[in-house]
Amino acid sequence: MTEQKYRHLETAEHPETLRRVAIDPVTRVEGHGKVTLLLDEDNRVCQARLHIVEFRGFEKFIQGRPYWEVPVLVQRLCGICPVSHLLAGAKAIDRIVGVDEIPPSAEKLRRLLHYGQVLQSHALHFFHLASPDLLFGFDSEAEKRNILELLRTDRFCDIALEGIKLRKFGQEVIRAVIGKRIHGVGPLPGGMNKHLSAEDRACLEPQIDEVIRWSQNGLALIRNIYLANADYHRRFAVIRSHFMALVTNRGSHELYDGKLRVKGDDGRILYDQLNDQTYTDHIHEQVKTWSYMKFPYLAALGPEEGWYRVGPLARINTCDFIDSPLAEKARQEFLQLDRGLPVQASLAYHWARMIEILHCAEKIRELLADADLYGGELEAKGEKRHEGVGIIEAPRGVLIHHYCIDEDGLVTKANLIVSTTHNNTAMNESIRQVADEYLDGQVLTEPLLNRIEIAIRAYDPCLSCATHAIGKMPLQVELVDAAGATRQCLIRHADGQVVFQ
Amino acid sequence: MPTISFDGQEITFEPGQTIIEAAMASDLYIPHLCWHPDFPPHGSCKLCSVKVNGRICSACTFPAAEGQEVVSSSEEVRQLRLRLTQMLFVEGNHFCPSCEKSGQCELQAMGYYLGMTDNHYPHFFPVRDIDASHPHVLLDRDRCIFCELCVRASRADGKNVFELAGRGIHTRLVVDSPSGKLGDSNLDVNDRAAHICPVGAIVVKETAFRIPIGQRKYDRRTIAEVSVAEEAPLLRKRYEQKED
Repeated sequence: MTEQKYRHLETAEHPETLRRVAIDPVTRVEGHGKVTLLLDEDNRVCQARLHIVEFRGFEKFIQGRPYWEVPVLVQRLCGICPVSHLLAGAKAIDRIVGVDEIPPSAEKLRRLLHYGQVLQSHALHFFHLASPDLLFGFDSEAEKRNILELLRTDRFCDIALEGIKLRKFGQEVIRAVIGKRIHGVGPLPGGMNKHLSAEDRACLEPQIDEVIRWSQNGLALIRNIYLANADYHRRFAVIRSHFMALVTNRGSHELYDGKLRVKGDDGRILYDQLNDQTYTDHIHEQVKTWSYMKFPYLAALGPEEGWYRVGPLARINTCDFIDSPLAEKARQEFLQLDRGLPVQASLAYHWARMIEILHCAEKIRELLADADLYGGELEAKGEKRHEGVGIIEAPRGVLIHHYCIDEDGLVTKANLIVSTTHNNTAMNESIRQVADEYLDGQVLTEPLLNRIEIAIRAYDPCLSCATHAIGKMPLQVELVDAAGATRQCLIRHADGQVVFQ
Repeated sequence: MPTISFDGQEITFEPGQTIIEAAMASDLYIPHLCWHPDFPPHGSCKLCSVKVNGRICSACTFPAAEGQEVVSSSEEVRQLRLRLTQMLFVEGNHFCPSCEKSGQCELQAMGYYLGMTDNHYPHFFPVRDIDASHPHVLLDRDRCIFCELCVRASRADGKNVFELAGRGIHTRLVVDSPSGKLGDSNLDVNDRAAHICPVGAIVVKETAFRIPIGQRKYDRRTIAEVSVAEEAPLLRKRYEQKED
């Protein structure tokens, strides 16, 4: 059973009588979000919510644009993992131009690009954003919890530098394939626009063995941290959920292509090899008035039972094996944590993330030696369709892009379910668990509030990517004077009514 | 041969040449967007503004004359061109990050050439129609800068597919067809008018993003270098043909 154990903390009965504490903004995550806690006079937590306060609206303003522009346009959703949106968009557009399989050279180039992207994104998250909490401790001074302080500290400076260099390498892989480290151009409808150059191979190949060593060091670091205080880490922000991820038809770990699999909290496979083109049959989304982020759930199980988690932890829990030897060995050790059952600890996300960094490094080494990267067909053609869905595993989990076009090739409809959105219910459950277990009845201090952020950070949320509930949540615009006081407030409600306050 | 002084340098010109023609014939670049050596000058973008004997003039329409002192490279003139370019950006909807013309766009390249780092003026965000009705050519009016190159090229194609209608801020690019749609016009994808647009307003469909970053027209060369390399020879060829 995966009922939301802490659901009672979503909405307090009489919020007007309670004291409000806000963590605003949530720090060391991508994008802007806040957490609000409502406490009674005895400091008992009565309500805890993660709010996404940004508004984007890509699904709306992409309407009317030509389909071939879509992947390049939607990658601007994000500056951390734009490649994910570029590739998910490209896969959807492949379908629209009638190409179900792009040529091997093009697919391998996209895979190389994606491995570079996942590697750099994971490195950024773990070393730059999350590791200061884990290395200095949850209760350390707030001013110390950053990558610069790690670099200044003798015992951590080497590993922090390796993390920075890991990210740099991933960014270089991206640049080699699409011309720029951020927001490049490479995928075409049905293929790619160039091979990897000999110069880029000569630049990347000599570094890869060292990159694998750095990845192993990072993996050993999180393993040792986790096991050093295993009982606490296992219980911190723990919730019981299902897990969703792409797997290959052999059930192996997959990042670029594959079919959806859902594994239950008890380890049973609930769904397998779900067709990506029919995702709407399996995933529905719930809207709540207090967040710009939707709440997806498995349609067959409903919103109460059907919520799930995605991302590194889901991928490692869900697959049968990883097809690179060092990462597979690490996966087997990882799964011993809960004796073969899906690992539910939220902090285990970090461990899973580092297994994937190692996997990406191994796959990059394999691909750089593949002749298909340097020659062969780059593009396939097909019979045009009016609809296409592209699903990939972004660093943060399952990413769905869905487009419809008209006769002239202009987009008429776009639906994006972004990785972080899948984790919305789970992140809220995790912060409620922390609020209930560690904050309830306590006098709140900064380290206690930091525990809430640590629970969110474990998911590596990309909040800016995930704000898509267009037209459903009230849109609020505030005019604030130089002193910070709100002078005027304009609210557009879900029914379209506009109110001045 | 008569001469003019161009940024302090004596250059010759042929009688009847404009200042921009005289300069380009000597491989000297004057910024421009609406001028093209193959078509009559239009004089609308004003990017080619220079100071002639102390007065601001459009180099694409102003005839070269013996003894002129032309200043093109002063900071004052650069600032003027920068403001004009910024106005072009804010009057349309130019979203370079997702535009398929990025790296090949003369307006974008001009922005870089003039050191443009912001738009300076508030955006107009005009509402303009996109026309994707033609099977091979897309007309994205958001990106139109009203240079009329497509109008002149279509005239040269013998078709008159395009025209500018309205005045001032209400100017818009219209299509000569019963429905006003490009798909109902007699534009052919091989027409010069389908390929002359300096920005991304008229593009051939399904050719986007094929040129990798690093190999696009303005990735490694400035608009000045490209113009001198590609347009100056066209101009010389035109004069050679005249002499023949």
